[in-house]
Amino acid sequence: MHDLRDRVIEKEALSDPEGPSRLVSVEGLAATYGGPLVLEGVTFDLRAGERIAVLGANGGGKSTLFRVLLGELTPQEGTVRISGRVGFVPQTERSRLDYPASALDVALMGTLSRIPWWRPLGRRERTFALDALARVGLRELANRRFGELSGGQRQRVLVARALVQDARILLLDEPFTGADQPSSERLELLLDQLAGEGCGILIATHDVDQARSWDKVVCLNRRQIAFGRPDEVLTRDVLERTYGGAIVTIGAADGQATAAILPPHHHHHD
Amino acid sequence: MGALAHAIVEPWSHGFMQRAMAELVLVGIIGGVLGCWVIFYELSYSAESLAHALFPGLVVAALAGVPLLIGGAVGVLGAAILVATAGRTPEIGHDAAVAVVITGLFGLGVVLALSPASPPGLAGLLFGDLLGVTGSDIKLAATLATAAIIALVLCHRLLLAVGFDRSAARAFGARPLVADLALLTLLAAAILIGVQGLGNLLVLAVIIGPAATARLYASRMTPMMALAAAIAIAGGAAGLYLSYYADTAAGASVAIVLVATYVLALAARQAL
Repeated sequence: MHDLRDRVIEKEALSDPEGPSRLVSVEGLAATYGGPLVLEGVTFDLRAGERIAVLGANGGGKSTLFRVLLGELTPQEGTVRISGRVGFVPQTERSRLDYPASALDVALMGTLSRIPWWRPLGRRERTFALDALARVGLRELANRRFGELSGGQRQRVLVARALVQDARILLLDEPFTGADQPSSERLELLLDQLAGEGCGILIATHDVDQARSWDKVVCLNRRQIAFGRPDEVLTRDVLERTYGGAIVTIGAADGQATAAILPPHHHHHD
Repeated sequence: MGALAHAIVEPWSHGFMQRAMAELVLVGIIGGVLGCWVIFYELSYSAESLAHALFPGLVVAALAGVPLLIGGAVGVLGAAILVATAGRTPEIGHDAAVAVVITGLFGLGVVLALSPASPPGLAGLLFGDLLGVTGSDIKLAATLATAAIIALVLCHRLLLAVGFDRSAARAFGARPLVADLALLTLLAAAILIGVQGLGNLLVLAVIIGPAATARLYASRMTPMMALAAAIAIAGGAAGLYLSYYADTAAGASVAIVLVATYVLALAARQAL
C-alpha cells in the first residue's frame, strides 16, 4: 500500500515535471519558543493556485507554523523558502470592536507592508483599497465602522487588507469560526477565486470536514503527521495521531452524539 | 445685555488673559489630538508618569543652569525611551516598567530638589503659571506644537494599525516598537508644551479629559480628534472665565472644567 502511494505521487510528478510555481517550500522545519521543540518534521510545498488546510488541535503547532511563515519566529532547524508577499488574516474575534476605524481604514492598513509608514497615502492607494473591499463584496460598507460589521464581514475586511498588501500567499487563522453559513460560503468562494488567480492559501482549522474540501492537508500534532490530498491523507489512523488518539467528531458536528472516542491503536498493515 | 456682553469681552482686554488663552489653544489642540491615541493605546497611566518624570529633569536643569525646557525635554525623553524599552522586556512587563523607571527618576529628582543649593520657585512648575505665560513661551509652544502635529499626521497610519491589532501588526508591516516610541515621544512633547501653563500635575487633564469626552460621541478617529481639540479649547476658555471671576487658580480651574465636562457628557450619554 505504501509503495503504491509512492508511485502515484511519482507519476504525478513525472506527468507534470514543473508544476505551478512554488510559493512556499518548507523542509524539515523545527521550531521552539526557547524551550523544547513545539513543532518538528514539517515538510510541504504550497504552489500557486493551491488551497491547503493546516489541520490540528489547539496547541498542535498551527500558529507556530504561521509565525515561522510570517517571519516572526526563526526556525530551529530546516529551511523555509518563500517567494511572494505573505498576508495574514487573523481571527476576527480578537479585534477590538470599539476601535474608531472604518472598513476602509482597516483595508488601508495593508499598505504598511508596501509603503513606508511615514509616507502619506495618495488617491491611488484609496482606490486600490476600495477595489479590494469590492472584491470581498463590501464596497458599499467601506465607511462603516469595523466593529459594527458582522463576524463574517469583518473576516472579509481582513482578507481585503491582505489583498491591499498585494499578498500572493494568504494565511488564514480559523476563518470560519463564528461566521454564519452565508458568510462562510461567500468566503469560500472568494478563496476559490483568489486561488484561481494564482494565490497560494493556507487555512488553519481544527475542523476535519472543512479540511476535506481543500486541495491538500497538512496534519500537525507538534510534528507533521501527514501531508497530501485529503482523500489520501485523512485516514482514521492519521486523524487519531493528529488529535492524539482522543476524540474525533464524525459526520455533522453536533456535540457528543456524533463524537467517537478512538482508542490509540494501529490498524495499518504495510 | 450690555453688562453680559461686557462681562464676556472684558477679561480678554488683559494681555495676560490673551496669552493664557493662546497657550491653552496650543495645548488644547495637541493635547486633544494626542489624547485620542493615549486612550486607545491605554497609556493614560504612562502619560501621568511621564509628566512626573519631567519634574526631576527640571530640577537637574535648574541646578546645572541649563534652560528648564531642555532639562524637562531630556528628563521626559529619557523616561519615554526607558519605559518603551523596559516595557518590552517580558520579565518586567509594561506596567511594572513604568513604575520602576518613574519611581527611580522621581526619587532622583526629589533628592536633588531637597538639597539646600536648589533654587526657589521650582514648586511653581508642579502647578504651572497660566497667567504668567510670556510671548516667548507661546512662540516656543507654537513651534513644538506645529512639529508635534506634523509628526502626528505622518504617524497616523502606523498608529491606527498598531492600535487596531497589536499582535498581528507585524504581519502586515506595522511595527509596534516604532509606534510606541513615536507615541511616547509625542506625549513627552505635549507634556512639555503644557507644563509651562498647567504644571506637570495638571497637564494630564488636557490630554485625557477632552479625548475621553470625545470618545463618547465620535466613532471615527479624525472626527474624535477634532472634537477633543474643540472641547479642550472651549474648556480652556471656560476655565479662564471661572478663574477670572471666581478668583481661582487658572490652571486648576481649567482642569476642573475639563473633568466636569467629561462627567456631564458621560451622564448625558447614559441618560440618552
